[in-house]
Amino acid sequence: MCNQTVGLVAAELERQRISTVAIQLLREVAEHVRPPRALFVPFRHGYPLDVPGNPKRQHTVLEAALRILEDSNLRPPVFVEFQPEPDTGGPTKTE
Amino acid sequence: MGAISEFSLLVQVFLKTYRWRRIDPIPWKPLLKPLAQCRLALVSSAGFVLPNQPPFDEAKRGGDPSFREIPSNVDVASLLDTHRSESFNHSGMAQDPNVAFPIDRVRELEMVGRIGRVNTRHLSFMGSITAPGRLMRETAPEAARLLVEDEVDVALLVPV
Repeated sequence: MCNQTVGLVAAELERQRISTVAIQLLREVAEHVRPPRALFVPFRHGYPLDVPGNPKRQHTVLEAALRILEDSNLRPPVFVEFQPEPDTGGPTKTE
Repeated sequence: MGAISEFSLLVQVFLKTYRWRRIDPIPWKPLLKPLAQCRLALVSSAGFVLPNQPPFDEAKRGGDPSFREIPSNVDVASLLDTHRSESFNHSGMAQDPNVAFPIDRVRELEMVGRIGRVNTRHLSFMGSITAPGRLMRETAPEAARLLVEDEVDVALLVPV
């Protein structure tokens, strides 16, 4: 039910002019609910950012979500599969 | 990907027959400036509360649609998991709440300039809401208004 709940909240945020991206754990639920932007992650329920205590891995997931927000070519509903990239694990200083 | 097969047979039947709400039309706010200039808020459905906040009401029929405000400077170790669902393993959240409420991670993103600012408050829902009418009519709009007041540009939503 969590996937639906965050999708419905995301929709309200977008109605009020806040851009959103929602991590989703169940594709079949997201395809019914249709949050505006969804990142499907291949992790168990309870582990949306994958590994507890592993900041590098968590940053990899967050970076994938942020890239969806930045892609101006996407149109709703946006469904993106998480593609882990081994070398994008930590935040990089932006100049 | 999480899978419905992770759940008990009873829950699987419920999920297969449940009338999922459909967002139609899909609202859309394009990102109009660089993330490095954006204010970001987290919205988690992990049911986290602060020690001085009431827990989510696990007995509420259809699920508790309320939310809690979590300040940006929270010590994640102080967050209490009051999510009512027994359908997933809570031990990862107990070990590291960042796995479902990544406040330490977004602070790090601010420090390196990947995002502009971490908002001063974030929102915690308890996502096990089978009857989301009040969520859709009342609490989600109220939550959004708070983040609009804060001039939040982007929100990252994290289910469990």
